[in-house]
Amino acid sequence: MLLIPCPWCGERDESEFCYGGQARVSYPPDPWELDDAEWAEFLFVRDNPKGWFAERWVHTSGCRRWCDVLRDTATNRVAGSSRPGGALPEVAV
Amino acid sequence: MTTPLWRSREPKSSYDVIVVGAGGHGLATAYYLAREHGITDVAVLERGWLAGGNMARNTTIIRSNYLWGASAGIYEHALRLWEGLEEDLGQSVLFSQRGVLNLAHTTHDERESVRRVNANRLNGIDAEWLTPEEVKKLVPIIDISPELRYPVLGATFQPRAGVAKHDYVAWALASGADRLGVHLVENCEVTGFTRNGDTITGVETTRGPISAGRVALSAAGHTSVLTETLGLRLPVQSHPLQALVSEVMEPVIDTVVMSNTVHVYVHQADKGELVLGAGIDAYNGYSQRGSPATIENQVAAAVALYPVFGHAHTLRTWGGVVDVSPDASPIIGLTPFNGLYLNCGWGTGGFKATPGAGHVFADTIANDRPHPLAEPYSLDRFRTGALVDEHGAAAVAH
Repeated sequence: MLLIPCPWCGERDESEFCYGGQARVSYPPDPWELDDAEWAEFLFVRDNPKGWFAERWVHTSGCRRWCDVLRDTATNRVAGSSRPGGALPEVAV
Repeated sequence: MTTPLWRSREPKSSYDVIVVGAGGHGLATAYYLAREHGITDVAVLERGWLAGGNMARNTTIIRSNYLWGASAGIYEHALRLWEGLEEDLGQSVLFSQRGVLNLAHTTHDERESVRRVNANRLNGIDAEWLTPEEVKKLVPIIDISPELRYPVLGATFQPRAGVAKHDYVAWALASGADRLGVHLVENCEVTGFTRNGDTITGVETTRGPISAGRVALSAAGHTSVLTETLGLRLPVQSHPLQALVSEVMEPVIDTVVMSNTVHVYVHQADKGELVLGAGIDAYNGYSQRGSPATIENQVAAAVALYPVFGHAHTLRTWGGVVDVSPDASPIIGLTPFNGLYLNCGWGTGGFKATPGAGHVFADTIANDRPHPLAEPYSLDRFRTGALVDEHGAAAVAH
């Protein structure tokens, strides 16, 4: 069981959260500018690192707010969390 | 002294074809490259030990009852190869066509299931719709009472589906490939590629560079880690997929029963352990372990459906790393790099496809064009939008 540090509620069991995948993927600023390949990239392609990954979790069974969490996908070590888009800890990659 | 089934080789400095990953798909690919295409100067490079990844961790279920034509094509191709595999390889793989049931628990399930049975039949795949009483006849331990939170409303049944012993499959394919001259190289992790412009000329490994005419990736959950070194981003996400076995029990179930809605699948190994699996853990992960809550959910579902399981103890749980694509279908074929081929994105469903995937992938590599059954599975489908969306349509989510 992962222990997710909710920025509002503190550390809670993973079972209180739902997962939101890679954090900080913005909607294209001008969608009309995108060709099919760029749309495919936006819709279907996300980072998939073996290592540190900034990801989104929503505290479904708690405050129901989203946060960003920095977790190592190889070891499950969590470096810290932030409100969406906030500062995450610096980690040595 | 007994003769080993296959030899673990020292790598040469160069091969015609390098296959990355000695799991089931990589071994099958090498075997068919040698046997069907006469390409025997082949190395299968494995970072750990042969068949020690997902090939040692899956729940061994084999079926071809998918909805879409493209899926029926490749999975039924695989099932037909399974039906001749033991004779072909001259080794037992304990292939057992004990049938697979996919339960329906809601009105929506029921409609989707009957639709899938009809689609399967149109594709020439054996499929039947069973009433709850017919399910009970095949699986006497199942609870079909209407009081269940998710009662059994019926099931699809594919009699030709079943299981095989995953280790035996790997060893038989390794043995077949070895006999044809393929080099199986363990403890040799591929860390990157050598290239000349857009042409791949070999791989970098923990045991030095090895050059190759063609490089074929069969690295499951680590495929995108490799392509990332080329700046090639793949539409896959790597997740933990867990399974478990119970202690050894007397025979209680002689078929395979899957359920999408309550999400658990179960069969009984020849030794007597109940083998249970379910879906992926939601988060990305490469740690080959998942969260206990995922195990708890599938065990709860299993005990609700099969009350007798309440007496069983869990013996062990484990996890693998599966690469899940957006449409829950694999990616097989060419890449933007000359001489680099992809077989990935099988998610939770790769084992059943082992001989089919290897057969089709070998043909794709040998001829430098997608095998007809691989055409729908190109990387380009995410750009064109021609997805093979088996997420809702597969008999279970994956």
